[in-house]
Amino acid sequence: MHFAVIVFPGSNCDHDAYHVFRHILDVPVDFVWHRETDLKKYDAIIIPGGFSYGDYLRTGAIARFSPVMESVIKEAHAGKPVFGICNGFQILIESGLLPGALIINKDVRFLSQDVTLEVDSTDSIYTRSLKKGRKLTMPIAHKQGNFIADENTFKMLEDEDRIAFRYKKGKNGNPNGSTNRIAGILNKKRNVLGMMPHPERAVESILGSDDGIDIFKSMIGVA
Amino acid sequence: MKAKIYISYKEGILDPQGKTVSHALDAIGIKKINSVRMGKYIEMEFNGISKDKASEITDESCRKLLANPNTETYSFEIVEE
Repeated sequence: MHFAVIVFPGSNCDHDAYHVFRHILDVPVDFVWHRETDLKKYDAIIIPGGFSYGDYLRTGAIARFSPVMESVIKEAHAGKPVFGICNGFQILIESGLLPGALIINKDVRFLSQDVTLEVDSTDSIYTRSLKKGRKLTMPIAHKQGNFIADENTFKMLEDEDRIAFRYKKGKNGNPNGSTNRIAGILNKKRNVLGMMPHPERAVESILGSDDGIDIFKSMIGVA
Repeated sequence: MKAKIYISYKEGILDPQGKTVSHALDAIGIKKINSVRMGKYIEMEFNGISKDKASEITDESCRKLLANPNTETYSFEIVEE
C-alpha cells in the first residue's frame, strides 16, 4: 500500500504521518506538495494536521481550493482511502467530502491535551481491526474542533453507523464540546475518515501512547 | 466601487466567542444586552465594472469561498467611493 501525505503551506503534522508509514510500518510513502494534480499511483491519501494557509478565513477553507484537492476528491469518489487528521478533517469538511462543520471549541481556547476516544463504528478500513467500545488515548491540538451539524445530518450519521470515534463520556471527556461527543466520522462509502485527535502522534510508547498505531495497522491490514 | 460584506453565524449555530464577549461586557458593568453574535466583515474593491457586475462577483465569492453555507449566512452592499 503506497501512501501519499499531502503537504500544504502550513501543514505541520506531515512529518509525523510520514514517520508512521516510513519508519514504523515500513510501507512506501511520499510527501505530495499541494500543487500536484495526479494521485493515481497512490493507494491511500493522508491529509495531515497543521495550519494550512494560516487558518485564514476559516480553517481548511483555502486549502480546499489547492490544486491537489481536485484529485483528492476524485480518488475519494473512486473509493480510495482518504484520511484527514485535525486540519485535514477541517479541509475534508470544507471540500464537501464529509458533512457538518467544525466550529470554535466551546471554551474558545486552543486545546493541547490527551483525550480518550471510544471506537464506535468498526465498519471501515480504519477501524476494522479495532473492537467496538475500545478506548484509545491520543492528543488533540486544535481551536476549531467542535463538531456540529443539522439534525438530519446527525440522524444520518447515527443511522448509517458513520461515527468512527467518540470522545469518552463523563467530566472533561469531550473538551471541545462536540455534539454527541463526535470525534471522527466516515463518508457514505466509508472510505473517507476525518478525525480531530491525532493518532499519528500516538504511535510509540515513548510518545506517551501507542494506541494510534492500530488505526494505521488496520488500514494496511496487519493488525 | 466597494463591496461591504457581512458574514454571520446562522441562527441556532452556537457562537462561543459571542457568548464570551457577552459575559465580559456584563462583567464590566454594561447591562441590558440580550446576546452578542460575532461575525466577519470583508471589503472588496472593484475598478471599471458596473454595479451589477460587482454584485454578481461578490455573490459568487461569498457562495464559493467567503461564507460556509453549513454554518454562516452573508449579506453585502455595493457602495460607490
